[in-house]
Amino acid sequence: MAYISSGVACSHVPALGVASDTGISDDEYYGPIFKGFEPSKEWMAKEKPDVIFLVYNDHCTAFDATVIPTFALGCATEYQPADEGWGPRPVPVVKGHQELSAHIAQSLVLNMFDITVINQMEVDHGLTVPLTMMFGQPDEWPCPVVPLAVNVVQYPAPLGQRCYALGKAIRKAIEAYPENLKVCVFGTGGMSHQLQHQRAGLINSEWDARFMDLLVNDPDIGSQIEHIEYLREAGSEGIELVMWYVMRGALNEKVEEKHRFYHVPASNTAVGHLILENR
Amino acid sequence: MSKPESYEDIPGTIVFDSQQAARGYHLNQFCISLRQQKNRDKFAADPQTYIDQFPMTKEQRQAALDQEWTLLLELGGNIYYTSKLAAFHGINFQELAGLMTGMGSDAYRAMMVAGGRSIEGNRSKFEWEDN
Repeated sequence: MAYISSGVACSHVPALGVASDTGISDDEYYGPIFKGFEPSKEWMAKEKPDVIFLVYNDHCTAFDATVIPTFALGCATEYQPADEGWGPRPVPVVKGHQELSAHIAQSLVLNMFDITVINQMEVDHGLTVPLTMMFGQPDEWPCPVVPLAVNVVQYPAPLGQRCYALGKAIRKAIEAYPENLKVCVFGTGGMSHQLQHQRAGLINSEWDARFMDLLVNDPDIGSQIEHIEYLREAGSEGIELVMWYVMRGALNEKVEEKHRFYHVPASNTAVGHLILENR
Repeated sequence: MSKPESYEDIPGTIVFDSQQAARGYHLNQFCISLRQQKNRDKFAADPQTYIDQFPMTKEQRQAALDQEWTLLLELGGNIYYTSKLAAFHGINFQELAGLMTGMGSDAYRAMMVAGGRSIEGNRSKFEWEDN
């Protein structure tokens, strides 16, 4: 049977993709960030998941304002890196796992999570930057990816509690899949940041640290953080962090924190990263 | 729908909620159209004719042509869309933030390198009114 072995939380700042793609990831500005992910690449090389279930948000790339699905599950055989206005990132095509996706889609709806099925979509930096941070620059991504796109652009994003419950339903679906697959779940986005209007540039490191502590050790409490707290304390775009709770919900109640990294800034954003293993 | 949400109290912030999204739909669709090179070419060749295709309000259209970045958000724009219009003008996210905050790029970048804008004094509108 398929099973979930671990979870990764990771910011998906577009500038990190640009830094990797243009060969400036070891400069004075980006060097400390990429250094923080060196242990992660080593860990990943040992962990060797068969599939990655990756929770991210699309930034008005695959979905413009015409259709705004709250939860959209990719069920395609592959996903092309999108042109976000400055050409597609020069990274490998993301291979899907169509059978596992189809199985999860069916299981989720029967468990009362009425997700949207996406049979064709391009993926933007929200999905490809975490792959870069965890795998570097391989010729091909080492395993297939099942993408779950969450609306965090138009308020309201789904509640943290709902994301946490969805994670549990995803775990149930994966554990009912007959093939023996080791699955690693990624929750991406965050940490505190605000890109817009006069309060742009907001960073709240103290709040970010508390968020990570609760996520790791007390997710029942942390998943109840209200939207107003995210908006006020972590910035209008910091609300992306609800997506980390989908990942957390898919893991055991008790997890082991293998790695934590935090850095300010990458462009306008605080970078946060965790590796969690099921105990 | 009424707006009991207390996020109205957060200073210097426009929450892109359902009401704002409805108001800004055509404005945002205009911005996102610039993701494609063929549309960027048309807009560059004749801004007024290109923008007139989108049934937005006169105020929205003028704010887009005048690059009024904070006003665009107030009129229903969302940053992930307006950033596409900014990119058309060669302005990246960090430069755009420098413009929206009125700080300018250099001061804004320096603030970020020094740890970003503190949450202290930036939680509630009344904290901004005192200054």
